[in-house]
Amino acid sequence: MNLKPETFQRIDEVITHYPVKRSATLPLLHLVQEDAGYISEEAILWIAQKLELQPINVLEVVTFYPMFRRAPIGRRHIKVCRTLSCALLGGYKTCETFQEEFKTTLGATSPCGEVTVDFVECLASCGTAPVVLIDETLHTNVTSAKAKEISAQIRAEAAARK
Amino acid sequence: MSAPAQTRVIFKHIDEPGYTNDIECYLRHGGYETLKKSVQRPPADLIEEVKKSGLRGRGGAGFPCGVKWSLVDRKSGKPIYLIVNADESEPGTFKDRYIMHQDPHQLIEGTMISCFANNVKQAYIYIRGEMPEGARILEKAIAEAKAKGFVGQNILGTNYSCEIYVHRGAGAYICGEETGLIESLEGKRANPRIKPPYFPAVLGLYQCPTIVNNVETLCQVKHIADIGGETYAKTGTPGNTGTRIFCVSGHVQRPGYYEFPAGTITMGQLLNEVCGGPLPGRKFKAVIPGGSSAKVLRFGERYKGKRKVGADMVDYDWGVEDVPMDFDSLAMIGSMGGSGGVIVMDDSVNMVEALANINAFYQHESCGQCTPCREGSLWMKKISSRMVHGEARKEDAALLKSVADQIPGRTICAFGEACSWPTQSFLIKFKDEFEGYAEAKKTLPADRLTLV
Repeated sequence: MNLKPETFQRIDEVITHYPVKRSATLPLLHLVQEDAGYISEEAILWIAQKLELQPINVLEVVTFYPMFRRAPIGRRHIKVCRTLSCALLGGYKTCETFQEEFKTTLGATSPCGEVTVDFVECLASCGTAPVVLIDETLHTNVTSAKAKEISAQIRAEAAARK
Repeated sequence: MSAPAQTRVIFKHIDEPGYTNDIECYLRHGGYETLKKSVQRPPADLIEEVKKSGLRGRGGAGFPCGVKWSLVDRKSGKPIYLIVNADESEPGTFKDRYIMHQDPHQLIEGTMISCFANNVKQAYIYIRGEMPEGARILEKAIAEAKAKGFVGQNILGTNYSCEIYVHRGAGAYICGEETGLIESLEGKRANPRIKPPYFPAVLGLYQCPTIVNNVETLCQVKHIADIGGETYAKTGTPGNTGTRIFCVSGHVQRPGYYEFPAGTITMGQLLNEVCGGPLPGRKFKAVIPGGSSAKVLRFGERYKGKRKVGADMVDYDWGVEDVPMDFDSLAMIGSMGGSGGVIVMDDSVNMVEALANINAFYQHESCGQCTPCREGSLWMKKISSRMVHGEARKEDAALLKSVADQIPGRTICAFGEACSWPTQSFLIKFKDEFEGYAEAKKTLPADRLTLV
């Protein structure tokens, strides 16, 4: 398994948090996904071996939890809240705006490879609706206009990297 | 009657200028003094204080915390675990997020007091996967507390040791159900467990006695340990003690979080005075009082009956605005206080479309192990979303209701109830709107807000 040395360190550390190794399944999947971008077949076999489980025990967890993905996505992950409180204040419009800005569709990666736009269920910040989680940062009160500003900033950051 | 003043106990320092989430700031504000006092007391005393306080769980069910603790199997000789349920996922609820982000040490202190009181061997904070920042803040806070001897080996020089670890979920709502959460923490799919055993307090994590408490509940425990159960019980009303945090979202002028002595504020005071009333030119149409699974209330309807006030039975005749926001009053009128998430909809909202949004949520989140819930939630979503995006039929109203009626009571966990209550209540209270949707759709503005 090709991961950063620091990821291997964190993996070994987190296993010690539990009296039963299997409990480390979710933490290991998170660590591998953060490092590798997604959960590959190889990762499932490797985690199973590491935790002394059958590969199916890991696969069934990957397919159950929405946050784990089996394929790579864009560099940035834009997750727009779909649930009622956000929808009541224009969440669907916000999501559409992100898709238009990056010329992409729901769940797909933009042609530039920069972003993947997804709808997710309640992000527990309903008082500041509509909300959007971009990678690990929560953006609040993301109206359509604010979605355009954020998109412009993402594009600027992408251009600066090149 | 005007609304009472906010009493911020749990949210005392939330949004306070200059208040930071590091341990130095917490200590400057008297932090960990209660833990220092508590570890000098016999643990049984602390449990007694919590019982006397009348504290009810703030996660949604409102189960008395002291009773939960008294069910813990202490004779088995097995280690006792405590899990902080920080999987705040019920749509409309967003209080725990602010505690963890802005005042994490309050949670850690409350957790350690609860652990000491129950002789807990190991604590886990199960935080939702969508709160990576919250998880990092908590990990940092735990490390800080550990360095000062508040967490870890021989806490504050006593013989008591207990570690806290943060465990991240991965986007599944069902992990808020305590037995689903335990399965998830064991590294499995979060399928809730068959009852009995009814309480993880007997058989929980790794088949050991386990306490699962919500974030806010544990913060309330810290406060109870500080002032004593009897004093705590003086705040609020009998049966609904302490303060309650309401999370208001949707169509009001000032959405947000508000903390009041439990049972002292009515829905009307909360929405009209505290939250500034409806948006300009709009009228309130409906409100969901305790997270999206709570049964909807329709403005204009009346609730009548008899209720107990002290030792007497008195008649009540309430409109939505008159209903006191406590567990018992909301249950009496056929809904629930739940997690305190109040979702407000004004007259711009079509109820068929709002229900279609809610149904999509529950379909997405059903764990799938019980057929009535897996299939029922799917069909409720399919029907309501077809009504909005495809052909709507007059008989859909009855069809939706009949699907919803076949779910509750036939599932392992309360998700069956949670997913059917919205459909049942929307269909009862807005029946005309569902039956007339096919016609109404022709004249609804095309550029109206998309809800599903």
